[in-house]
Amino acid sequence: MIAPSRIESLPDTQRIVITGIGLTAPNGNDWQSYRQALLENRSGVREYEVRYFGATLAGVCDYDSLRYQTKKDLRRGTRAGSIGIYAANEAIRHSGLEWDNVERSRVGIYIGVTEHGNVETENEIFQIKGFDYDTSVWSHHHNPRTVANNPAGEIALNLGVTGPHYTIGAACAAGNAGIIQGAQMLRLDECDVALAGGTSESIHTFGIFASFNSQNALARHSDPTQASRPFDRDRNGIVVAEGSCIYVLERLSDARKRGAEIYGELAGYAINTDATDFVLPNPERQAQCVRLALNRAGLEPEDIDIVSTHATGTSSGDSQECVALRSVFGECKSVRINNTKSFIGHAMGAAGALELAGNLPAFRDGVVHPTINVDNLDPQCHLPGLVTGQAEQAAGVDYILNNSFGMLGINSVVIIRRV
Amino acid sequence: MSPAEIREEIIDILGDIAPDENLDELVDDVSFREQLELDSMDFLDIVMELRKRHRVQIPEEDYGNLASMLTTVTYLEPKMRDIVKA
Repeated sequence: MIAPSRIESLPDTQRIVITGIGLTAPNGNDWQSYRQALLENRSGVREYEVRYFGATLAGVCDYDSLRYQTKKDLRRGTRAGSIGIYAANEAIRHSGLEWDNVERSRVGIYIGVTEHGNVETENEIFQIKGFDYDTSVWSHHHNPRTVANNPAGEIALNLGVTGPHYTIGAACAAGNAGIIQGAQMLRLDECDVALAGGTSESIHTFGIFASFNSQNALARHSDPTQASRPFDRDRNGIVVAEGSCIYVLERLSDARKRGAEIYGELAGYAINTDATDFVLPNPERQAQCVRLALNRAGLEPEDIDIVSTHATGTSSGDSQECVALRSVFGECKSVRINNTKSFIGHAMGAAGALELAGNLPAFRDGVVHPTINVDNLDPQCHLPGLVTGQAEQAAGVDYILNNSFGMLGINSVVIIRRV
Repeated sequence: MSPAEIREEIIDILGDIAPDENLDELVDDVSFREQLELDSMDFLDIVMELRKRHRVQIPEEDYGNLASMLTTVTYLEPKMRDIVKA
């Protein structure tokens, strides 16, 4: 028996469900294989080299980029566009929508991004460096590649979608923010199908590695698979990753009408702001964001079965999130808490969407994937029900709460309910 | 460069710009657009590549000369005849 939530009192036209999931992650190129990797403790972090910065570690995707694009598409577009196109096509395929019969003007594309344009700008500067910075050889492709809507726009071009498309810039809270935006637009009847989630090409910009390194927040480890270690005493920073996860969202009324398989329902969400620091998190605001999402869903902390944490493996970020979570879930007996970045690193704008996707199968099998690489739990990161080392079988999973936080103090929380 | 070498260079550039196309059967006196999927951004790529590779400048009013392989080679021949093929 699922604990009742506020959404059940809403008409079906206001209830938003997940009917398709498409993704590429450093350890899987579809929902099933990604989930399998999370259950088998398979990391996607490897050795990586990036221009100027040199040897480092990263979560790298190896999806088939030519499955939905031509070589020319790849040359003209961006990596963020390509990763997004792959995930969007996979999501549509997974949804069972008869795409040829879908009215494309009623499809909306809402893609969360942490940043966009750094990769392309760095590439152009590298090019003109070979010409003594002669800007006459700066590419005419630069502007269409770097406009902030690029990843969403490339998906729209690829799919022939003529409804709204844009990106949601929300730092590392963007994956959740994309989902929330899609749900809001469905509720406003701006579209009938929302392709919503997040995407990231960040491993292709040296700047992100160099900046984290200068901040003493870039992970190092002799074994790449052990570098991303949220909550562990010996964590030393972030492993940057690329990836994308895009959901097909529909109103419950439409999903039922076409007999769609439903993988979860949006029970609540919240976005708020710390307004305290550029990079340091604020656990009080994070806890407020979690409580706001719970209140909107009409749920109590005890109703949540899995909390998917944001923790990135930085010293203060992890412990601060744990302060926030203990204040909300400290008394909960049955909640289980895990972390997906320990497997794939930090997929930036895709992180929130990917981390939710890795947990959704728990609605069916009740299995909670672990947090890996917690060899010595940092006492400051003690959490009730933290799942480490091995997956755990829960009695049942009805509600998943997914945290995703970002720089400039943006916090986002999404709660999904079993259907 | 001889006209044949200029043609070879254009084929090489087209190979980068239109990697999905089969350029072996390109007919020189038929327009590129009739044979290949090229748009205005692709033609700008041809201009850009010639600028990058050989410092050949093609003013906008001359872009019409890039319609087919034949007109392109004819147009480029005086501009590239003194360039030694690498």
